[in-house]
Amino acid sequence: MKELSLNILDITENSLKAGATLVTVLIEESESLMKISIEDDGVGMTGEVLSSVENPFYTTRKTRKVGMGIPLFRFAAEQTGGDLKISSRHIDEFPDAHGTLVCATFNKAHIDFTPLGDVISTVVTLIQGHPDRDFLFIHKSERGTVTLDTRELRSVLEEIPLDAFEVLSWIRENLTEQYESIKQI
Amino acid sequence: MKSLAELKAIKDRMRDKIVIREGANDTRVVVGMATCGIAAGARPVLNAFVEAVNNEGLYEKVTVSQTGCIGFCQLEPIVEVFEPGKEKVTYIKMTPEKVSEVVEKHLKGGKVVTEYTVASAN
Repeated sequence: MKELSLNILDITENSLKAGATLVTVLIEESESLMKISIEDDGVGMTGEVLSSVENPFYTTRKTRKVGMGIPLFRFAAEQTGGDLKISSRHIDEFPDAHGTLVCATFNKAHIDFTPLGDVISTVVTLIQGHPDRDFLFIHKSERGTVTLDTRELRSVLEEIPLDAFEVLSWIRENLTEQYESIKQI
Repeated sequence: MKSLAELKAIKDRMRDKIVIREGANDTRVVVGMATCGIAAGARPVLNAFVEAVNNEGLYEKVTVSQTGCIGFCQLEPIVEVFEPGKEKVTYIKMTPEKVSEVVEKHLKGGKVVTEYTVASAN
């Protein structure tokens, strides 16, 4: 992947397939590190499935038997000297607190650090494809914080869907202005 | 700043429009957004379709949606166009530039852009 924002889009699709109603994408940056966490309230994975998801020959998809999402994200982290961790609680074992957390850490100064890229397009794409789900996006750095919570937008919009073009444009412009105000774009 | 008050104004403007729109869509544009599609550039292709369909005033007739792996990963980004009563058209190796052409010629003009379809890959 050319941008970490594309890995975020890809990994979040797994959360949506797991039936998540809310996905939280949290990016935390210090001067030297970037930590990307994707947390969902989907069905979660059993210990057996969890131990196999990092194997590229494991996938839930039917059209082809290779799943590259997690291995690619893990590789992007490890090639900077960082790492990727997954924890999960399956719905059968934790009926009231199930879900999955994928957390990757990157050394930003490493020559093989992949840039974050167009994270605004990733957020807009997720909402366009899944207007019935909720997303909480938070990007914290030393300069400030950018946030978007679709639950808040939904309460303003009422019956108007989040994937209406005017709404998607508002989301794109709102995020762009937030990034401009902390001078990080 | 794009404020929530502005979002509320969008809602008020759209209330009337929504009623007309419901059930009126008949053409579906589906973009493959699995790992293979995303890595090959499906995100800008999807966003180009969303924008062009709106800008060309086709939103009452065309919906743009996302799907998983279509099965020809080496030909991604792949876009399928479903029109009622017609055979599915599969466009391959799409780019935002090709999107403008497909919207103009196919979605607006009704003429399939054959040089971008999967049939042209053989």
